Amino acid sequence: MLKKIEAIIREDKLSDVKEALREIGIVGLNVFEIRGHGRQGGITLAGRSGSYQVDMLPKMQVNVILSEQNLDEVLGIILDAAYTGEAGDGLIFVYPVDEAIRIRTRERGHEAVMYPGDIDERKGRGTG
Amino acid sequence: MQGALNTGDTAWLLVCCALVLMMTPALALFYGGMVRRKNLLSTLTLSYIFMALAGVQWVLYGYSLAFGVDIGGIIGGLNYLGFHGVGALPNPAYAKTIPQGLFAAFQMMFAVITPALITGAFVERVRFKSFLIFSLIWMTLVYDPLAHWVWGQGGWLREMGVLDFAGGTVVHIAAGYSALAFALVIGPRKGYGKTPMEPHNIPLTVLGAGLLWVGWFGFNAGSALAANGVAVNALLTTNTSAAAAGLVWMVLGWLDGRPSTLGIATGMVVGLAAVTPASGFVTPMTAMLIGAVAAVICYYAIRFRQNRNLDESMDVWACHGMASTWGMIATGLFATVAVNAAGANGLFFGNPKQLAVQFLAVIVTMVFTFGATYVIAKVLDMSIGLRVTTMEEEVGLDISAHGERAYSSLG
Repeated sequence: MLKKIEAIIREDKLSDVKEALREIGIVGLNVFEIRGHGRQGGITLAGRSGSYQVDMLPKMQVNVILSEQNLDEVLGIILDAAYTGEAGDGLIFVYPVDEAIRIRTRERGHEAVMYPGDIDERKGRGTG
Repeated sequence: MQGALNTGDTAWLLVCCALVLMMTPALALFYGGMVRRKNLLSTLTLSYIFMALAGVQWVLYGYSLAFGVDIGGIIGGLNYLGFHGVGALPNPAYAKTIPQGLFAAFQMMFAVITPALITGAFVERVRFKSFLIFSLIWMTLVYDPLAHWVWGQGGWLREMGVLDFAGGTVVHIAAGYSALAFALVIGPRKGYGKTPMEPHNIPLTVLGAGLLWVGWFGFNAGSALAANGVAVNALLTTNTSAAAAGLVWMVLGWLDGRPSTLGIATGMVVGLAAVTPASGFVTPMTAMLIGAVAAVICYYAIRFRQNRNLDESMDVWACHGMASTWGMIATGLFATVAVNAAGANGLFFGNPKQLAVQFLAVIVTMVFTFGATYVIAKVLDMSIGLRVTTMEEEVGLDISAHGERAYSSLG
């Protein structure tokens, strides 16, 4: 079973999260630059004369497709790497993935998201 | 007067024409960075168009109305229509040692940037066609007469002895108070005060401010109309005022939170606008004071404007209008003939009358430009309409008025 993680994190935590994921063998991911706000509401910026409020904040959305068996480990890694303890650390969503197809080889399912040296290969797992 | 041409003066003023012309694209960038991305091209065009519009109007009749043979102290005659007789020979009434054609060209660059300054008041919502009509009327009925009053041979404020070295009244107070009047007529941008309108590209604004500073050397030092000691003094006072204002603005912003880049750039421009009328009449140390005080005045003028929820969008009034108002008064306080024998002494050099004349010029300029602009804008608003539709405003003027966009979304 494949899962998709959508992690909405601070812009400045992107390198920490990417680095931490690479270390445990999450080789493939993609990133969106997004705007939005949650409980944090907004931030104050310095203007020409005094400051002003902005409510749509820049955030990063990190997308990872992975086997269900790796889900808890990867979530733990992201939670640690993206954490500051201040409002605005972000949110993580997890979805089921119906299908994955690698365009070059037309492999489907788990095969499509396998990479040499990735988390599954390191743990000696085959296709799950 | 033939044969009196000075090649050094002529060469310097040729350079100054180029420097002052550059200030209009610089202003376009300065404003362009502060609007939302959907209105960048529109904002650039509102400034750039004056290189074309004023560039034609000035040759056809603008120069003649401002600098033609005086009619009652109010307006120039039509003797220079189409630059007739404006050529290689000097006009001793204005500049003895350079061709009159060069004086007219230098003045043209002022006629280009002044109406461009006003556009900061109504960016992101003005209807382009109405704006063009307004601008042509404004140049003809406001700028040309005012330039005649202050700088034209026989102009009534000039005869009274007002000191305005490079356009504190004609350019900056005129633009500032016209901007205020236009903003009151056209009303705020949709959502103003409810949604934040974040500057979309502060680097553009900072680049524009830097180029304005460079161009201002031509604007102020060129206004000596010669390559001489007064020009050098004007360059020094210009630089010193901008420097002091930039520093003071940085500190004011810091005390309110952080030393904002946009704020520092704004402070520099404020220092330049403040010293403009004084630059050829005061010492560099006075200019330091002028810049420092201007920063405080304008910083809180912006706050005053914001607290009234008035959308004079780029603060033309708070920055240019208020800075040069102070600069004109400071000229009446600190001017000294030790700097410029052709000038006059101010209050602190034993001539209180000069301060009174400066006040009069400021008040006349404020009342005339505010009143005239308000009437012109109001008539246009009631007849053809000044604003775009709500839909056009939401889409942004780049697409709705010009059919193009500054940043394409996909390569």
